[in-house]
Order: sequence, then C-alpha cells, then structure tokens
Amino acid sequence: MRGNPESHHFIDAANLDEILALLAKEPGEWTAIAGGTEIMVAHAAGRLSAKKLINLWGVPELSNIVVTETHLSIGGGVTFNQIRHDATIIAEFPLLAQAASWIGSIANQSRATIAGNIVNGSPAADAPPALLVYDAEIELISHKGTRRLAYSDFHTGYKQSLLLSSELVLAIHLPRHHEQQIKYLRKVGTRRAMAITKVALAGTASSVHHAITRIRIAAASVADRPLRLIATEAALLNEPLNESTLSRARKALWSEVRPIDDLRSTAEYRKQVIANLLDEFLTQIARSSPS
Amino acid sequence: MTASSNLRTVGTPQLRKEGVDKVLGRAKYIDDLEREGIWYGATVRSTIPRGRILAIHYDARVDWSEFVIVSAGDIPGKNHIQMISADQPCLADGQVNHCDEAIVLIAHPDKRRLPEALAAIYIDYEPLRAVLSIEESETQEEIIWGPHTSEGNIFKQFHLEKGNVDSVWAEAAYIVEGEYRTGAQEHLYIENNGAIAEYDEVTGITVWGSLQCPFYVHKSLMAVFDLPAEKVRVIQVETGGAFGGKEDYPSILAAHAGLLAMKARRPIKIVYDRMEDLAATTKRHPSRTRHRTAIDKNGKLLAMEIDIATDGGAYATLSSTVLSRATLHSTGPYVCPNIRITSRAWATNTVPCGAFRGFGAPQSIFAIERHMEQVALAVGLDSDEIRRRNFLHDGDTTATEQVMVEPVILDTLLDRALEVSDFHARQSEFARLNPLSPVKRGIGLAAFYHGSGFTGSGERYLNSLAGIDVTTDNKVRVLVSSTEFGQGTNTILTQIAAEALGIGYEDVIMAPCDTGIVPNSGPTVASRTSMVVGKLIERAGRQLVTGLRQDAGLLDNYSTQDFFTSCLRYRELHGKVESLCRYEAPPNIYWDDQHYRGEAYPAFAWAVYVAEVAVDTTTYSAEVTNFHTVQEVGRVLNPTLAAGQIEGGVAQGIGYALYEKVLYNNGHMLNNQMTNYIMPTAQDVPSISVHFEEIPFAHGAFGAKGIGELPHDGPAPAILNAIQNAINQSFTSIPLLPEDIFIRVTSDAHEQEQITV
Repeated sequence: MRGNPESHHFIDAANLDEILALLAKEPGEWTAIAGGTEIMVAHAAGRLSAKKLINLWGVPELSNIVVTETHLSIGGGVTFNQIRHDATIIAEFPLLAQAASWIGSIANQSRATIAGNIVNGSPAADAPPALLVYDAEIELISHKGTRRLAYSDFHTGYKQSLLLSSELVLAIHLPRHHEQQIKYLRKVGTRRAMAITKVALAGTASSVHHAITRIRIAAASVADRPLRLIATEAALLNEPLNESTLSRARKALWSEVRPIDDLRSTAEYRKQVIANLLDEFLTQIARSSPS
Repeated sequence: MTASSNLRTVGTPQLRKEGVDKVLGRAKYIDDLEREGIWYGATVRSTIPRGRILAIHYDARVDWSEFVIVSAGDIPGKNHIQMISADQPCLADGQVNHCDEAIVLIAHPDKRRLPEALAAIYIDYEPLRAVLSIEESETQEEIIWGPHTSEGNIFKQFHLEKGNVDSVWAEAAYIVEGEYRTGAQEHLYIENNGAIAEYDEVTGITVWGSLQCPFYVHKSLMAVFDLPAEKVRVIQVETGGAFGGKEDYPSILAAHAGLLAMKARRPIKIVYDRMEDLAATTKRHPSRTRHRTAIDKNGKLLAMEIDIATDGGAYATLSSTVLSRATLHSTGPYVCPNIRITSRAWATNTVPCGAFRGFGAPQSIFAIERHMEQVALAVGLDSDEIRRRNFLHDGDTTATEQVMVEPVILDTLLDRALEVSDFHARQSEFARLNPLSPVKRGIGLAAFYHGSGFTGSGERYLNSLAGIDVTTDNKVRVLVSSTEFGQGTNTILTQIAAEALGIGYEDVIMAPCDTGIVPNSGPTVASRTSMVVGKLIERAGRQLVTGLRQDAGLLDNYSTQDFFTSCLRYRELHGKVESLCRYEAPPNIYWDDQHYRGEAYPAFAWAVYVAEVAVDTTTYSAEVTNFHTVQEVGRVLNPTLAAGQIEGGVAQGIGYALYEKVLYNNGHMLNNQMTNYIMPTAQDVPSISVHFEEIPFAHGAFGAKGIGELPHDGPAPAILNAIQNAINQSFTSIPLLPEDIFIRVTSDAHEQEQITV
C-alpha cells in the first residue's frame, strides 16, 4: 500500500441531498467514491491525488434498476453484479449483461458501479460500447436539479466529459426496443478473464432484404474515449451488404478511429482487428438477414 | 505401467501436511507475523540503468530524526551478496548497474510514512552508457562486468565437443539452421518477497523470511555482518510460492532487514508490494540459441552445432549454473555422434536474472524442439517420426559422453502420448476443417528430459546432511533445510520417513525450518528434494530402525506403539533418538568440470507433451485448447501432488509461451503490475491430462526422480509446433503474442499481394 490513508479525508453523508450540497459548496474539492475499484487501485499504487473523498456506496436513490413502459433505468450506483443478473437486462439488453460479466473479477463486479465505469472515462471500459449501441441517455444530478443528455455526447476526450464538479450520475436510461435486432459484442482482451480490453466492438442492427435499416456500432480502445462509430454507421445505413459497401464501411471506420500504441497492444493491431470485428458483425448481419 | 510394491504410505495421495492450516487461514506468512516494537523498512532504488552516484539528498521537509537510515557505509562486513560470485553489492556504493538497485534503506515505526519519505530522497547521478541486450553486450564496446579483455561482459562460458562436427557437413543430406529466442519471465509467486530481522549483540542476527534456501541466506548474512555461523540464524516461515524466485533474492532482502535492525536496535519488517517485487527481483534469463544441424537421408542426426547466449542482467548471481543446465539440455533427448556446443552468459544493465523453474532448460528445450520441427519438414518426416529416429536409448551417450545406464523409454512415452492425444487423427481432422473456419486448429508435440539434482559434481560439493529425530512426546521429526513453498516438500518427506520407519504418516512431522535446529540438506532447487534429500531421509529411517533393533529390542512386525516404546529405551541409552545421513554419490558417477564430460546428472526425468491450439484469424490470438502430458519420473511419491506439479508447470509454460512479456524501458520494467504483466487465468488454461510411467530409480527415495521443473520445459515448443501445424507459420520467439502473429500473417499477405502484382 503506497498511499497513506492519513493524507485523505473520507466522509459519509446522510443522504443524496447532503452529498449534492457539499459538492456545490466546495466545487472541485470532493471526489465521489462508490465501489472504489478504480480509486483504491490508484491509492494502493500511491497515485491517488484526490484528497477529499465522499462515499456514495449504498445511496438508495442510486441503487435500483427501474423498468417502465418505455425505458429501463439503471441507477448510477448499480453494480455490474446486479446488471449481469437482472432479468430484464438479460432479456432486452443482453450485450450490456455480457459486458458486465467481463468486467474484472467477480469481486470487482460486486463493487464496481455503472456510474464509476462511465465517470472514470477509460476508453477501454467494458460497459460503454453496449450503452452506446442501445442509445443510452445519461441523467446527471446536482443541487440545482437534473439534466438528461445523449450518452454518445457525454465523453469529450481522454478522461474528459460533460460532468460538472457539482454533478453525479443519477441514472442511465435505455429505451426499450421490442423489435428483433441482430446483436454483436466482442471483446479482445489480453486474456480470457481479468483482462483490460485491447479492442472491442458492439453492434445492433435491423435489416430487410439484405439492406440495413437501422444500425448502431460502438467501440472501445480505438480512440481517446468510448466511441460510437457514426461515420461507419452512415456508410452502412440503407445500403445493400455487398463488397463495395463493406469496403466503404471499412474506410469510414478507419477515418474515425484513432488507435494508439500502449503497454497492451499496438495501433496497427487495433486498427486491423477493429476492422476484422466489423467484418464479423456484418457477416453476421448478412447471415441473419431475412431475404 | 505401475511399479509393483508393498509400500504403505509412499505412492498414496496423503493430504498436504500443512494443507489444513493453509485452507483455514491459520498458516502464518511473513506479513502475518509481528514482533514487539517492530519498525518497517523500505528501499530507495536506482532510477537509471548505469551510472555513478554523485550525491544523495534528503529533503529537509521530512523530519529524518524519526527514521533510521542505512547506506553502504553502515555495512559491518563485506558489501556483497555471497552467491557463486561475490560481485553483487548488498547496497550500491558509488555506482549503480541496473534500475531498481538498492541504494539506501529507511525504517520508521509507521509504515504509512515510508512512501512519502522514499520520494523525498533524491540521488544525483553521472549516467554511464548502459548495455541493455545480449547483442550490445556481445560487441564488448562497453565493458560493464569483468576484465577489459575478450572475457569482458561474460559471466560464464562453456565449450563442449563430442566427435568431430566439422567432418560431416559435406556428406549431410540436409543441413538445417535456425535461431530461437525466449524472453524474461516473472515467477509471480502469490506471496511477494518479505523478511523480518532482529539483531542482538549476544545472539547475533535472526531473520525470518519467505524463502527457499535458508543456508544460502545464512552464508550471505555471515559475510555482510562479519559474524560467525552460530551468530546467524535463519528461519523459513510459511512461504507462498517461489518457483526459483526465492532462491537468491531473499539473501539480499534478509541483509537489508538485518542492517536496519542492527542500526535501529529493534525488529524490522520489509515486505515488498507487487510493483516493487516485479520491478526489483529476478526474472528468468532471456536467451538466444542458434542451431546448425546435419542430417542424413534417413533423418538421422549427424552433427549438431549449438550456440547459446543468455542475458544474465547486471550481476553474476546464478547465471553460470543456469547456463550449465541450458547447455546440458540443448541437444534434447537425442543421440548424435558429433556435437559442438558453445554457450555464454552475458552481462547487461538490467535487474539480475536468477533461478526459475527449469533453470535454463526451458530456454534450450524450446530451441531444440522448435528446431526438430524444422528438421522434420526439411527431411519430409512427421513430427513424431523424426524424433523417434533420433531418440536416446539405453547404452547411448549424450553430449557429455554420459552413457544411458538407466532405462530410457522415450519410444513408450511417445507411443502413449500419440495414443492419449489421438495425435494423427486430430491432425487430419484439423487439416480437413481448417479451410472452413476462421479459427485454425493445430496439434504439436515436444519430447524432452530434465536432469534431476545438481549438475555434475554439484551434489558432491553440497555434501548434504539430513535425517530424523524422535521427540519425547512421540513424534518423529524430519530434520532438513529443504523448504515447503507449495510444492509438497513437507508431505513427501514425511511420507518417506513414515514408510522407512514403518509407522503412520500422522506420526511424522517436519522440524521447524530453522538453521539453528536443522542440518544443511542443501537448497530446495533443481528437482533434488524428492530424489536426493528424500533418499537421505529414507536411509536415515532405515538406519534408525536398525539401531532400534540392535540397541532397543525392536522386533519384527512391530506396531507404532512398539516403535515408540523402543525409542524410549533408545533414548535412555543414547540421550536422544536421532539419525542423520550424509549424501553419497551413486556409484560410477564421474564428472569432469574442466571439459564438461561425464555423468551430468545421476538421473533424468523424461517426457512427451502434446498441445492442441486454436489460432483465431480475426484476432490473431492463439489459445491452447487441450494438453496431454506423458512422463517418466521414477516412482511417484504422492499422485495428487505429482499431478499438481505437472498441471501447474504446464500452466506456467503456457504463460511463458503465449502471454507473459516483461516490457522494459531503459532497463526498468514497465509493466510491473498484474494488470499489465499478463499471466494466464484458469480460463486460459485448458484441460491437462497427466500420465505417469514409473521406473523406480535405485538411488532416489523409494525410486523417485525429480519432477518439479520438468513440466515447464515442454509446453512452449509443443504449443508453437501446434501453431505451425495450424497456420503453417514458423515462429521462433516467445512470448508469442497476438500482435506478433498479426505482424507475420499480415506482412506475409502483403508480400503475396506484391508478388501477384
């Protein structure tokens, strides 16, 4: 343990209002901590710069999954263990359940929360690609009230987002689609479990007569943030799945990803594998498409 | 084939002696132990790979009067770690030769204060040119170790000649050349290195530690503290894994804790965290092996020319003996009339490499078993057939002219491996199905031996002493310095003692592994514990039974109660009940250290391993999907532990082949965290089938030979042979990561395109 607990101030609050009041009163001073699966790792390595920590673990307003007619809403404090075992998520948002099952270890999943995964802002995070293809909205809360944004706009750069220092993630809202979709999710990690993503691709699509009528594609670890692949989607929408479409889609993909070399992999590898995963997804669409 | 026997305890799956304590959390590891008034130590380490230390500054913002600070000047004896050479300083004095080398030690009663204090000590360097690879070291442009002559930078070299290599190239039907490389590997024992030390003017120094070789630490402490043997005491506490990684490093850590304890006049604990342990402690030697082989038209080996280079890091540590074992395993289990081997261990400015399960053998076996695959292709024979035609048999001689006097059953092992893996049928099935799938499957094998015990005259120099005694409360104690670190020493040695004495397993315990109590039975390394130390215990047991019959009226067909009753009588006569035996070399063992000729090892364990792989052409990743092991290790003393050794060794070998890559930046390990140094998880390790053939070895305990290192030798070449079978690409370096496969297959595709254009 390289961090010194004495150099940090850690407090509990009575309720969500009190937490929000404190965030508003001392802007930028406080870092919210829920499961601690990122913050405690930084602390153990002696590189946790945040001095003041406020505990979010178990705050009731953040802890539930709520299903309405139109949406499934996941509180910011919901853990990946809850997500991977939730019957509605398994049935209607299976890519999210699957991504949840890939996060760290079982112990990590029992502590790590969806808001933590999002706010930490890692481009390699497992949940964001699934959230992006499900058209997630993110709801933020401060002492002034709430605001709701398209999740695809939330991340603005490497570990940068629209979250203000006075705000917390209240919930993630997923619109419920009832039509059949083709779905794809593949994580390429450094190993089969306990792995950080080298490249991942998520996709959902509907097609009629070999033409794609609706498509969402998102990726991890190919840019400075979790990325929805808008240009690639555009190259495929309403197009027949033939060689020239595939070739244009690949060009569009390569125009919008910015992979890098790091400890885990290389830019070249990532660039090629993300294209291979796209091919695999499109092949799956072609096979599943009713003619 | 199971050896017939009337053994009662040996050969049965007895529960681990210390297993219940471990499972229930009662076992005390070093960090579980506290002493009254203990302080905690930490280490200031170098941040450059080579340079002169100009000044050490202590930031005035820290109140240093609260700390105890130790540097080289505080060492009462010699500032070196006594291994084979005495070149490695205990604390750097004036110069550093690798990153993360210890320079200053600090201690404080509150361990939370240590990291900020470490960060407040600044060192000024005059950097010197660093040598960071075998190739740079070989140029000898910069001499970083040894004399400024052609011997510079060389820790050790061997040259071995058998027959006349130069005479056969002209008549060879085939000549196959290849170069093979292996990377560094980290042990990843579950428990990091740690030690507690206490110093007292009268009794001297006492160290408790997580370690493999108490008497190595003992010897090293005598030199550092300039104390006689009786004033140094080393106690091994429960040790959470080692794999060779706690063979030499604990000598350094024990000295560090001891120096702080001496200056602070209070007990000191130093326990590394994972980042420090990964960055600062030993790794497996990286290697480069070149083969040039002459083969006749029938696929028989005519000549082997082998050149081995290893990267030893900044100090000699165990590089000479690792190189020796690499050299002696480099021909594989094959007979060849003409052999030339040259090998060198080179100095570089990286953290010293050290012992690691297999000790040089995995490196050279990777090379020869990948090379034999290329020989098979050149000659046009199957993987199994090329090996079968060249296997050693009884009466053949090895590279050192050692005659195979014990039975060699490689043909049987190969037959069994082909059968249990359904090798040829799987190979055909994969060849048929691969064109239809993006996932290409393949199967490959490797045949190899591992020499049991110390190389050559090593056991004679060790001159081990071990034995048993009987306590007044009727427990037989095994007296050895051989350590338990998860591999089963406690269990097999007490099994052997129980068997030799004709009493129950539960009546035998291990004496505390304390140099003040137990004799020096040698280090716990080199697959020697079962065979060599076990044999001493067997002899000591039989000797005691003879003594009890002669002096204390023990009759035939005695019960356990009879045994202890006569022990009582024996004690009245002799004052104690103790039986010690000293090592005796098996007869007709001859070794010439000068020419590297003779009986390199008293016995060999033999094996044939088969790997199945799946290479995904979407992600360029290779996975091991099935694994079969067939081996002959003499008598299996405990089938559960033996199978565990094989399975664990294979898992570690899979990591070595496909996952584990030590990344350096200017000599500092970059990925010194378990999130970035990738070892395989349970999900990455396939089912492993384990098959033993047993041919008891007369000079091992109840017929046992060595087993612990063998399973790390075979997986890497078997896996890369399987990958070659799957995608028709010959890879020559490990670790082989998806990024490497990607570069090869895409550059090949690119070349193809260019050719077509």
